[in-house]
Amino acid sequence: MSKLEEQLHKKILILDGAMGTMLQDFKFSEEDFRGKRFTDWPVSVKGNNDLLSLTQPEAIEEIHRKFFAAGADIVETNTFSATTIAMADYEMQELVDELNYESAKIAKKVALELTAQNPDKPRFVAGAMGPTNKTASMSPDVNDPGFRAISFNELRKAYKQQARALIKGGVDILLVETVFDTLNAKAALFAIDELKEELQLDIPIMVSGTITDASGRTLSGQTAEAFLISVSHIPLLSIGFNCALGAKQLTPHLEVLNRFASSGVSAYPNAGLPNAFGEYDQDAQEMASQVKEYLEKGLVNILGGCCGTTPEHIAEISKLAEQYEPRKLHEPDYSTVL
Amino acid sequence: MIVEKDKNKTSEEIISSKKLKADIRPLKLSGLEPLVITPDSNFVNVGERTNVAGSKKFLRLIKEEKFEEALEVARDQVEGGAQIIDINMDDGLIEGREVMVKFLNLIVSEPDIARVPIMIDSSKWEIIEAGLQVVQGKCIVNSISLKEGEAEFLEHAKKIKRYGAAVIVMAFDEVGQADNYERRVEIAKRSYDILVNKVNFPPEDIIFDLNIFPVGTGMDEHKRNAIDFIEGTRWVKENLPHCSISGGVSNVSFSFRGNNPVREAMHSVFLYHAIKAGMNMGIVNPALLEVYDNIPKDLLEHVEDVILDRREDATERLLNFAETVVGSKKAKKADLSWRENPLQDRITHALVKGIDSYIIEDIEEARLAATKPIEVIEGNLMIGMNVVGDLFGSGKMFLPQVVKSARVMKKAVAYLLPYIEEAKEAPQPPKGEQYWQKTDPELHETMKRFAQDRRNNNPTDAETVLWNALSNKQLEGYSFKKQQIIGSYIADFVCLEEKLIIEIEGLIHQLPENKKSDKERADWLRQQEFRVIKFSRNEVLSNLDDVLSKIFRTLKKAPPSGAGGAGKVLMATVKGDVHDIGKNIVSVVLGCNNYEIIDLGVMVPPEKIIDTAKAENVDAIGLSGLITPSLDEMVFLAKEMQRQEFDVPLLIGGATTSRAHTAVKIDPQYGNAVAHVNDASRAVTVIGDLLKEDTRKKYMSDLKAEYDKFRVNFKKRSKVKSYLPIEEARKNRYQINWEETSIKKPNKLGIQVIDDFDLYKLLDFIDWSPFFRSWDLHGKYPNILEDEVVGEQATLLFEDVKKLLQKVLDEKLLKAKAIFGLFEANTINNDDIEIKYQEGSEEKVMVFRTLRQQLKKYGEKPNFALADFIAPKGNELQDYMGCFCVTTGFGTAELAKKFEEDLDDYNAIMIKALADRLAEAFAEYLHKQVRIEEWGYASEENLSNEELIKESYKGIRPAPGYPACPDHLEKISIWEVLKVKEKIGVEITESLAMWPAASVSGYYFANPEARYFGLGKIKEDQVKDYATRKGISLKKAEKWLNPNIAD
Repeated sequence: MSKLEEQLHKKILILDGAMGTMLQDFKFSEEDFRGKRFTDWPVSVKGNNDLLSLTQPEAIEEIHRKFFAAGADIVETNTFSATTIAMADYEMQELVDELNYESAKIAKKVALELTAQNPDKPRFVAGAMGPTNKTASMSPDVNDPGFRAISFNELRKAYKQQARALIKGGVDILLVETVFDTLNAKAALFAIDELKEELQLDIPIMVSGTITDASGRTLSGQTAEAFLISVSHIPLLSIGFNCALGAKQLTPHLEVLNRFASSGVSAYPNAGLPNAFGEYDQDAQEMASQVKEYLEKGLVNILGGCCGTTPEHIAEISKLAEQYEPRKLHEPDYSTVL
Repeated sequence: MIVEKDKNKTSEEIISSKKLKADIRPLKLSGLEPLVITPDSNFVNVGERTNVAGSKKFLRLIKEEKFEEALEVARDQVEGGAQIIDINMDDGLIEGREVMVKFLNLIVSEPDIARVPIMIDSSKWEIIEAGLQVVQGKCIVNSISLKEGEAEFLEHAKKIKRYGAAVIVMAFDEVGQADNYERRVEIAKRSYDILVNKVNFPPEDIIFDLNIFPVGTGMDEHKRNAIDFIEGTRWVKENLPHCSISGGVSNVSFSFRGNNPVREAMHSVFLYHAIKAGMNMGIVNPALLEVYDNIPKDLLEHVEDVILDRREDATERLLNFAETVVGSKKAKKADLSWRENPLQDRITHALVKGIDSYIIEDIEEARLAATKPIEVIEGNLMIGMNVVGDLFGSGKMFLPQVVKSARVMKKAVAYLLPYIEEAKEAPQPPKGEQYWQKTDPELHETMKRFAQDRRNNNPTDAETVLWNALSNKQLEGYSFKKQQIIGSYIADFVCLEEKLIIEIEGLIHQLPENKKSDKERADWLRQQEFRVIKFSRNEVLSNLDDVLSKIFRTLKKAPPSGAGGAGKVLMATVKGDVHDIGKNIVSVVLGCNNYEIIDLGVMVPPEKIIDTAKAENVDAIGLSGLITPSLDEMVFLAKEMQRQEFDVPLLIGGATTSRAHTAVKIDPQYGNAVAHVNDASRAVTVIGDLLKEDTRKKYMSDLKAEYDKFRVNFKKRSKVKSYLPIEEARKNRYQINWEETSIKKPNKLGIQVIDDFDLYKLLDFIDWSPFFRSWDLHGKYPNILEDEVVGEQATLLFEDVKKLLQKVLDEKLLKAKAIFGLFEANTINNDDIEIKYQEGSEEKVMVFRTLRQQLKKYGEKPNFALADFIAPKGNELQDYMGCFCVTTGFGTAELAKKFEEDLDDYNAIMIKALADRLAEAFAEYLHKQVRIEEWGYASEENLSNEELIKESYKGIRPAPGYPACPDHLEKISIWEVLKVKEKIGVEITESLAMWPAASVSGYYFANPEARYFGLGKIKEDQVKDYATRKGISLKKAEKWLNPNIAD
């Protein structure tokens, strides 16, 4: 059993909060984003947060450090959009290897440092693999439902490149996250599985989907259970949900995963639902009070925060989680399913 | 589910009675929703209508790219309870991979279909893999096997696992298909071990198809087919943990086709035992299942003897017994108990069942009981026809039945007509007067005051305006009154002479103290034979001219009376086209629904359609056509109707028409409603919605919006396709290796005529499936005879056509002729074929122009043209080709006319549909003769009719006007070479349709590599090149190739 799996049985592992929210506080300008290296880049790069791993690595390192300090066991690399597909917006496809590799190295450096300081609390790095900005099973054109803007193979290649660079940079886990179209995730999992075979490497995988609204379905229309079944062919460290909803709204879907998942279950909700200005204003205490329900019901093995969550949120959640046992890993319960 | 294990328990009881053990690993699948199959799940039924190999209808829809209708097939299955849908696109004429992807992409956009898991079904791995790449849920792959060896099996299994799908494993290996117990066990075990141990495939994701083969075939080696499957299933479930067992159940009873009671029992018995042994999913037609417990004891015993192979003579005993089972069902047909029912019930029964034996005596009884003979039509017959209409509308009756109903109706009406004429001559009270007298006497005084008041004191602005225009016979001499009391109502304006009431909406038309519902009022007025038209205040004030012209047109129309009251519809097959089966069916169905039909027949010039429509003041025009040039005729008519300011709906139908063409080409030409009606069953509702006052506007604007949306999408879609320049397409031609291919010189070169051919020889060559399709009964013959939905009707229809066929044969009512020729030929200029033929002593040359596919192909696929199948000139290689024309149409028109005169539309349509089938059969027969004898390139051939229909033979016989060579102009060349008209009398019309209609013409290509293909769309560069090659103007080329030119 790896150190990570060992920890997973022992306690509820704490994942970090929102990289994007933290970066907003730096109020980086276009010049800051460009740094020296990209002064002459032909298109605007402001908003390309993943680029900051190259141009403002100290800021990224500082954020990782803050989340670890707040109690996180796992931090995510700053690579949510670091695929050729998503980077096309900034014409930075060629930087994909470097972005992933450097981001992984930054996070890993901090993790190793803190683990050395306190070997009883080993720290891990999850390589973040976002959904890209295209969907493989939905048409972007409502009038042409048969059209697809991206194919499985294009996604598979892009994800494979990202995963390879993340592994090279030293991540402990690959995290396929914010899955709004299961087919995109399946392409990522296909790529990772190929890579594992090629590299003869058994790296743990986390998958985290996104239930987009009150309908209780992913953007591509699947229920929580259908989503779980659709990605269960690859052995997972955990499956869970993040983003889109606040902690409270996520509960029923986590209950489904708790019942049917044979892997761990993760959750990293937003700090409530966005207000009229698109800001998340649930404070740390309020979020923790909602997360408490997960813990009381024993629904999760990994817990953290998504949009709007800061080190304060993570500290509060971490403090709370220490008082509870993790969800028991068990075989799925189909006894009442017909 | 009919056969289940825990039949008498509720689901709660099942749960509590069986605590699941920890080692149970359910088969988990997903669409948008999960499907979890545990050992306690009921048998899972897989829908298989979305399979081109299993459903001719689905194949046709896919071939014609009618994806929306194809989606409906999928939707129907899911709504009908299929828990998984099987999708298969394996067909020679389909680009399987592209179509699979396209259809799956469309399906996943339909949440009500995509909620269930998908079974991706193909024998080609590339299609399976393409499918796996577009579906987000966990699918089932159907199927893989050890047939091609272990390496390929391993590789595919590994990929399937990586894509996250379950898999059906066929009991098939390098040696062959498992056909006994031992082989099933052997292959299942070997497959399982490889999957579980070498691929690490989750055992619960393995589904075995252990091959269900027929029993009761009379052959000893088939005796154990069912029991071996069942025992094999039991062994697999006991020894190979967690896997599932599937299969296609109807195979087992294959040898009892035609005897549904026995088949149903066989399926139930088989399932009962197979499910007990562990079979948990499969393809079962729910309509072909009897409840196990309801199977009569004796039948059950006989069937179980066969299924379980319990006696040496089991099959023989069941065969004997089966005859008695069929017999008892047949006896019911002569049931005459309905004759004891009351008169109306008898008339309704006769109409619904289409029985004309007693109709005259029943009608006579009704006539004697009625005060006026017309009442029998408006009462008794219409009551019956309304039942027919309701049943048809709700899908409980089918076209052939409705046409038979119409036959009964026509006979009844014909009997009544003389009495009605007689009654008309009786003196009547002066027009108008009676309605004064109908004023309710008690209300009369009050109403009079109210009306007077309205007339003099309170006219509204709109009333004043309209009255100023109508009063004093200003409107073409028609006399109007205003605020007229009729019964207990007050009409705003009325023309008593023509019984037309005009109302302005928003005004009160009744006494406040005598309010009745609008419907009651409308019903009462209709009873009094009044027509009512309504205008809004706005219409009157802002558009008085339109209002007046509408009033005038309505005045000119005959008031509703009996049959024909729903409206007048002009029907015509357009200029140059001779096909009218569909049009006639629509006419008959509309006739049954109270429409008056003016049928102008076939080859109707546009002027005649326009003139008749005007003279008869019709309410709608229906155009029909089968060949592609007819499409342009329809566009032309739409333009004419617009130019001449028609305002009646235009209906488009016929085999060549499509929603796409209607939306893109016809609809924009005509400002009023244009509707594509693809089957007769929709015609009634569509016309109804288009003519009824309360639905008309909305329906029309909905239609317009729908077509508009379609056009927008269509334009977008066509952008996606990319085409090769013709030069590029030619480089990517299909290349036959002329060095190695064998060219056989025909045994007999030159032209031969067959005069007066014996129709008997064609019987074995008839493909019946299209016959049923022409009656809107969809399915493949012979399976259609047992179809759960249309089987009964198909069987009756089939009996009727066989009777007619016998009559045709006995009395030699149709004449079959043929002409064909085989010639020296070589390809020239890439895409043309030059042939040499003799005319008298003179040697002549003719060049056939062929067209080349230009759509950019996936992978290595070539761009076909027919010319690719003939050796090019200049290689010293002499190649050959043929052309032909057959007909069985002489006599059809006369027979149809005779049936029509006998008021028998049913047989009038039937004879045409039959003649078409015979012509196709003749073409098939002649092709075979040519292959085996006259040309002789396939003298060893021995194919069954089924194989012929599947076109398994070597060489092809493509027909001008069909997908491989859609250019009708080439018919002219064939006619010139063969002298078709002179020798056998078949003519071509100006639109290049053949007359008589039941004719087939085409080419013969003999090369074993020759294949059918669809030209698809071509680009302007090829059209230009074609025009130059053929020496015709670009405009002419564009006209004839129009349907194939990409936008």
